[in-house]
Amino acid sequence: MGSEATNFTDIIAKLGSDIVKLWQDAAPQYLKGAGDTLLLAVVATAVGCLIGLYCGILQTLSYSKNDFWLKKAVINTTKAFVRVYVEVFRGTPMILQAVFIFFGLPYLTGNALRFDVITAAYIVVSVNTGAYMAETVRGGILSIDKGQTEGAMAIGMNHFQTMVKVILPQTLRNIIPQIGNNLIINIKDTSVMFIIGYAELFAAHKSYVGATYLYFPSAVVTMAMYLIMTAVCSVLLRLWEHLMDGPENFNLATTDSLALTSGMNNYPSGKRRKRWAR
Amino acid sequence: MSDNVILKVEHLSKDFGSNRVLKDIDFTVSQGEVISIIGASGSGKSTLLRCINLLETPTSGVILYHGTNILDRKVKPPKYRSKVGMVFQSFNLFNNMNVLKNCMVGQTTVLGKSKEEAKENALKYLSNVGMDAYIKAKPKQLSGGQKQRVAIARALSMEPEILLFDEPTSALDPETVGEVLSVMKTLAESGMTMIVVTHEMAFAKDVSTRVIYMNDGIICEEGTPEQIFGDPQKGETKAFLSRFRGVN
Ligand SMILES: Nc1ncnc2c1ncn2[C@@H]1O[C@H](COP(=O)(O)OP(=O)(O)OP(=O)(O)O)[C@@H](O)[C@H]1O
Ligand SMILES: [Mg+2]
Repeated sequence: MGSEATNFTDIIAKLGSDIVKLWQDAAPQYLKGAGDTLLLAVVATAVGCLIGLYCGILQTLSYSKNDFWLKKAVINTTKAFVRVYVEVFRGTPMILQAVFIFFGLPYLTGNALRFDVITAAYIVVSVNTGAYMAETVRGGILSIDKGQTEGAMAIGMNHFQTMVKVILPQTLRNIIPQIGNNLIINIKDTSVMFIIGYAELFAAHKSYVGATYLYFPSAVVTMAMYLIMTAVCSVLLRLWEHLMDGPENFNLATTDSLALTSGMNNYPSGKRRKRWAR
Repeated sequence: MSDNVILKVEHLSKDFGSNRVLKDIDFTVSQGEVISIIGASGSGKSTLLRCINLLETPTSGVILYHGTNILDRKVKPPKYRSKVGMVFQSFNLFNNMNVLKNCMVGQTTVLGKSKEEAKENALKYLSNVGMDAYIKAKPKQLSGGQKQRVAIARALSMEPEILLFDEPTSALDPETVGEVLSVMKTLAESGMTMIVVTHEMAFAKDVSTRVIYMNDGIICEEGTPEQIFGDPQKGETKAFLSRFRGVN
């Protein structure tokens, strides 16, 4: 048992020194990989959210029976397009979507349409995230009480104003956890972009171990770096949720401690009555 | 009186599927009137109010607003709705905004007022309902009665020509019903034109200038509060009112 313990200590010590060696050797590559991973994940999640918001809104468009037929047709066609988009990009692996866009488009268009690696990676991850977010946003909008829409309509807001001022801010608050999920999934899953040669963290790992065979120590370092990135993002997202909720308590907007602190039962008074006059 | 007509509803009907909820409704609202609509549950009171501000699309009939048929396709519902305020049973305050913003957002986005003007206006009406101290509160931090008073201030901030109330006190605790009713009473006394769907018979009797009794999708009887409560003509009205006295 004693020797096992010594062995284990030895192993950890060796792992430690391997990691130190690796880090001295290739820290810039790993850090750059992590940076590219993070940038791709954050930008693509943000763009994906915008796509999702847009598609989510399109899916909640409605018309009434006596609207013009063309309006009905346009709305129905738009919704059908959105559904197809969502099903296709949610229903296929991102790694193959990358292949389709990077290799498939030039193949099919005789090189007329081709993207460089970086553009292709950003497009694939964004569009993929957008498909997931479209469903999240749709669900988020549907979960907002109908009374919110009616309250907005009753003071004369149109569909667009109602969405922008009332429904979407509440939807956004409710789907932050889901946005966080997508961001964290993207940080990890952008690793499949190695298939088209996008140099992110996983690619840095692969290229290093190809050269030195320090496979496991490199995996430990890569793993830790993924974990740090996702953990930091989790914390930041929680903070954002908190910020959106605003303070738990409010202060009465009065310096007169006697006035209206109960806010009830002191109405109407003769003085107030006159103030109604417009 | 007749040249002060704001709304004229003619032959209004509303079907939900094969269920005819409103049947050939006719009535007129003149400036300064306070009309209470009473009637049994399911008689179509809410549907009538919702048709008046186009939250429901009537199946047939016309609604003339200063002589213009608002059911005409050329009329934009949002513009019309901004003139016709509505206070709901469930308040429907915007949960993502504080009290002040709730009363400002319609003014800035719909009426195009400046922030300063909207704020001043909002504060005026919030102080009228005794809620000016609560401008920083979010709706979920308020009691039901407070929410409803803010909802009234929000509707008033749009300076509507007519205000619709759909059972504004039905979701409230008995203790807070009074604070909302007294706000409404003051509002009525100030000359605001109001249509109030209510189960508060005392309010209908003491505050309104006219009472409409609805039964099964039609206006069964209408008249002054004295006529309806003192000397109802129709058997259905008598039965409804006596049932009410029995309950209270
Ligand atoms: N969206 C809807 N779809 C189908 N039927 C509806 C709808 N809204 C209301 N109804 C029906 O219309 C009838 C009238 O409803 P309404 O809400 O106008 O009654 P009410 O007089 O306001 O009743 P209450 O006093 O309970 O509020 C009811 O039979 C109701 O079931
Ligand atoms: Mg009702």
